[in-house]
Amino acid sequence: MPQRLLALLFVLPALAVIVLLFMVPLGASLIGAFESGEGYGIANFIKVFELYRWDVLFTVMVVLLSTLLIGFFSTAIAGYLTLGENPRAVAVLRWLYRWPMFVPFIVVGQVLRTFLAKNGLMNNIFIELGLMTPISATSFLDWRGIVIAFVWKQVPFVALLVAGAMASIDRGTIEAARNLGASRLRILVEIVVPQIATTLMVGLVLSFVTMMSVLSVPLMINAQSPTMLTADIAFRINSYGDYGVANALGFVSLLITAGAAWIYLRHSVKERA
Amino acid sequence: MSILNSVSPARSGRFGIDLWWVPRGILLGALAFAIFGPLANLLIWTVTEKWYFPHALPLEYGFSNWAKVFAPRGNALESLINSVIVATVTVIVALALAIPSGYALARLKLPLRSLILLAFLVPQAFPELPVFVNVARMFYELRLNGTIPGVVLVHVTHGLVYAVWIATAAFAAIDRDLEQAARSIGASAPRAFMDVTLPLAAPGLMASAIFVFLESLDEFTGSYFVGAPDVNLMPLLLYSAGAGGNYQIASITALLLLIPSIAFMAIVERFLRADVLARVGH
Repeated sequence: MPQRLLALLFVLPALAVIVLLFMVPLGASLIGAFESGEGYGIANFIKVFELYRWDVLFTVMVVLLSTLLIGFFSTAIAGYLTLGENPRAVAVLRWLYRWPMFVPFIVVGQVLRTFLAKNGLMNNIFIELGLMTPISATSFLDWRGIVIAFVWKQVPFVALLVAGAMASIDRGTIEAARNLGASRLRILVEIVVPQIATTLMVGLVLSFVTMMSVLSVPLMINAQSPTMLTADIAFRINSYGDYGVANALGFVSLLITAGAAWIYLRHSVKERA
Repeated sequence: MSILNSVSPARSGRFGIDLWWVPRGILLGALAFAIFGPLANLLIWTVTEKWYFPHALPLEYGFSNWAKVFAPRGNALESLINSVIVATVTVIVALALAIPSGYALARLKLPLRSLILLAFLVPQAFPELPVFVNVARMFYELRLNGTIPGVVLVHVTHGLVYAVWIATAAFAAIDRDLEQAARSIGASAPRAFMDVTLPLAAPGLMASAIFVFLESLDEFTGSYFVGAPDVNLMPLLLYSAGAGGNYQIASITALLLLIPSIAFMAIVERFLRADVLARVGH
């Protein structure tokens, strides 16, 4: 048997699973978005606009803010791991920052729901320390809770990617800038970050897509309106069996992601080719 | 580096103490609080008997909720067993699919190779939720909804992307000459694969198996649409216990999901080099 045919046979079963259980349902979701009781049209999208336009805005704002914060914190952590001059502090940080990476989202939701509540452990500690009075304690279980959960979970992942990229850049330019008296912050911003910008962007886009499809965190942390589109989709299906509007909501979240995904795919194809 | 240190004015205080430890300590302490505060809170909840406002810490501690979770007829134990079965079968199916694909992608001449690689990347570039919703609808017609095979298929699709990537990387990292040497002394192609290539790729494949196992154990969205309420799994139990206000059961379930993940973090570097790990997603 020619090798090419054999290779194709090896890949085919896995490819079939991806096509049948991912791409076909994805296509069904795109078509289903335009399907309503009266046939094909934009009826579902009108409903989405009437009922969920604030949730669309809420989702975009929450995910964008989380992405920016993830970018900031992961660059700061990776930057200190690369440029830090105190070996002990670097070792402590290296040991510390990775912990949340392997914590599943559903566990993140449960952990932060009890931690960030009005009378959760965080406020309790602040009150005991005298940093806050019991009356001024507020619950963080709204958009802030979602942002905190996303940032908490995703920063280690992006920081790991970025730190790997920073470790492989040429130390010569960094040492040269140091000898000329540049501050470490300036070296980070002007020399290191431009060289790892692609890796940072890939990490942020992956995080963006992940955050757009997490259902457990908004369900557990933000059981109110406005909420994330994922929670709206689940509600539409469970309460009304309304696949049309659910798919239209899915279509909107696909559109939001499409921009990000396009950047990512273009980059990774270029790199693999 | 040493030159810079010696001219740094705050390097040593009057008593030889490095004053930089003040900002460093504050920042590292704040980070430790942000990471371990929530996790400590989880641990406290698992042994809480009574805890209400305005008490900063529980009033009574005990293990009565652990007994409830592991009661022989409790639905918690059922969901634990279901989760392990689903995850094990998912690993077997995913690896059976990923090993030949990974080998072909890494070693063989494959027509349309970049297009096929792209196909394995697509699930990473789109939100999964609309897909799961329509898979559930499709499975409903095929009578796969609410069955263990249905849940396994969803988890395989989710885990396959990582399994194929890691398997491809594992095979690509093996020296081609070793296989050629086995062939030249008369081993058949399948024999060379089984005796030379597969054992050498084993650590990478092992990492991919553990990864797929954990992804399946922790998967919520697909299980929620395809499995619930007939197939009871741990993430679903966590969700429903938490939604019902039973934070003790929810926290114990969360801890049971957390332990294997943290253990994986501790051993992952033994199986996967950091540069391979960093390439996942590229």
